[in-house]
Amino acid sequence: MKKLSFSLSLNRELILPVFCLLTVLLINLVKTPDFFDISLTNGAYYGFIIDIINRGSELAIISVGMTLAVSVSGGVDISVGAVAALSAAVITNILSGGEAAVNELHAPILLAIGAGLFSALLCGIWNGFLVARLKIQPMVATLILYTAGRGIAQLICGGQITYVRVNAYRILGTNFGNNPLPTPIYISIAVMIITGLFLKFTSFGLYAKTVGINSEAAKLAGLNPGTIKFIAYIVCAMLAGLAGAIYSSRIYSCDANNIGLNVEVDAILAVILGGNQLSGGKFSIAGSVIGAYTIQALTTSLYAFGMPSAHMPVCKALVIAASISLQSPVVKRLLNKHGKKYFKTVFKTVFKEAAGV
Amino acid sequence: MKTRALAAGLWGLLAIILLSACGAPAETGEGVSDDSLITVGFSQVGAESDWRTSCTNSVMEAFSEENGFNLIFSDAQQKQENQIKAVRDFISQDVDYIIIDPITESGWDQSLKEASDAGIPVILVDRAVDADESLYTAAIGSDFELEGKKACAYLKAYLDKMSYKGEVNIVDIQGTIGASATIGRSKAFDDAAKKYGWNVLAQETGEFTQAKGQEVMESILKRHDNVNVVYCENDNEAFGVRDAIESAGKKVGNNIEKGEIILLSFDTTRAGLTETLNGTILVNTECNPLYGERLASMVKTLEEGGTLEKHTYIDEDQYSANELVKSVTVDGKTYPVTILTQEILDERPY
Repeated sequence: MKKLSFSLSLNRELILPVFCLLTVLLINLVKTPDFFDISLTNGAYYGFIIDIINRGSELAIISVGMTLAVSVSGGVDISVGAVAALSAAVITNILSGGEAAVNELHAPILLAIGAGLFSALLCGIWNGFLVARLKIQPMVATLILYTAGRGIAQLICGGQITYVRVNAYRILGTNFGNNPLPTPIYISIAVMIITGLFLKFTSFGLYAKTVGINSEAAKLAGLNPGTIKFIAYIVCAMLAGLAGAIYSSRIYSCDANNIGLNVEVDAILAVILGGNQLSGGKFSIAGSVIGAYTIQALTTSLYAFGMPSAHMPVCKALVIAASISLQSPVVKRLLNKHGKKYFKTVFKTVFKEAAGV
Repeated sequence: MKTRALAAGLWGLLAIILLSACGAPAETGEGVSDDSLITVGFSQVGAESDWRTSCTNSVMEAFSEENGFNLIFSDAQQKQENQIKAVRDFISQDVDYIIIDPITESGWDQSLKEASDAGIPVILVDRAVDADESLYTAAIGSDFELEGKKACAYLKAYLDKMSYKGEVNIVDIQGTIGASATIGRSKAFDDAAKKYGWNVLAQETGEFTQAKGQEVMESILKRHDNVNVVYCENDNEAFGVRDAIESAGKKVGNNIEKGEIILLSFDTTRAGLTETLNGTILVNTECNPLYGERLASMVKTLEEGGTLEKHTYIDEDQYSANELVKSVTVDGKTYPVTILTQEILDERPY
């Protein structure tokens, strides 16, 4: 009985994020009829929907980490884009042996990716240390790497774009073997499953919520809020590092100026679109992931409409403003109060019309 | 105790990283020393790309002591406040000429006025400023619109030589919206498409990056099955576009009759020219960073009491590995096309 009510409340939380995503997709059904077509080209699935799931992978991965960081600390980690760039710089420069452009590998790929993730881990330790131990506000603490991270990445790349023109390195960003789905999709699903299992089978999720709701009370209850925050920031940075590896594999190079540029803003937005509060506490990973794909669906849809480049930011802003205000407490309350009656009338009329036709 | 020691260690590490990353704005030269030399202060944007580094090296070479110059070089590290400070320093050191590669267009009136009050001629290079023209002596930069016109003229000439009679279904992958390179190259594209009756399928921004270029092109290919020419406004976008075309199961190449998609690109970076040499990019139009010689001759002209034209453009080349078109004509003027070989590529400084 207890379990049932839990799953019901979870579903109710996810209604609005799912509604936003479906609205964006449904507009496409009208504007671009072949939006949902998926064909097999060169042994790989090909279509707008695949594009959304594929291109949204990095943002989804980063949003998972961001949700944890937001939940425990009630603040945001704005260094994720820079950490992604740093990780990409480390990976490509180990693979290229420090050269600006290479056609063969100078180190095993797994070693390089390991080193990239290790650099992300160091960033996470640094952020976690500032937030959890020195109790600096998360946004201020992560501001340091937000500014310095990209600088360090530039330094590693020697101010150039490092190219690794080896097909083996492109696997992470394209398809592996004869697999018809792009690799980033698998990686993001793996990240979600692992995080889901981790939260389900350990008490970390509960601890994180507790610390996020009231750090002092959590302490009195015998938890160590510092450690929980520390872990959350490390996970967030590591996932950003993983996203960095995918970003760089897609373009088989490291463009330290542009990898993960402004992704922190999108990740925070994904967390909000997912129905999470930026003040911390309760969180829904699934909501954030849906939020991330909503943002990507919006971008891909606008491309599919053939929207002129200059108009795109305005359109995006309008949709996002609408989605966020839909989830504001005031609107939610109004919806709860009047929504049921209103929707009932709407459904009735629609059914009557349909029956009439 | 442990925490505190760790804190100290980490802060120390950060300090070292920050110091090595930022450093102080680098200056070389010892101010005004030898009277026989012409002292020139040069404030550069930074060293953000190999294009910029080539520009710096070219100026340093041209303004060497053997050539009769004493160059004071200041790297602004992409911050305008560093650049304004550098100009003030140049004025207080009483240099003979000031050369600025402005980071931003606005906010220059005060510094330029100070230089003009001190009677020091200022030459602007590469980028433009929106200050009053009387405040600087001359400006030299790239003619982005001409670059675009040359690329379009090349395409027209190439298709005529191929005696291609079919429809030209062209896509423009623009640069960052608002950038002067995007404005110039897009305008040339629009004009040419109208003039030659090309069918423009899409015009969207790839933000001058490979990742965006690829993402935008993926979407365009899903909407339009008949793309046969792509006009990429820089090399990075061209790489992304190439990957998108190949993953859509189409071919990039010069043979439009056989359904291959032609790529045009700009900037002639080393990576871009490598792709031009192997035929992926049909023609690559240069954006020349080698301002050194021109600037030195401009300063020499002023030194001899001559006057300079207010706005001039640097000469820019065009490269293709295809030998069909040897020259292009834009507005009645003929520009030669360099046939790219490995030797030419190896000799280029950037």
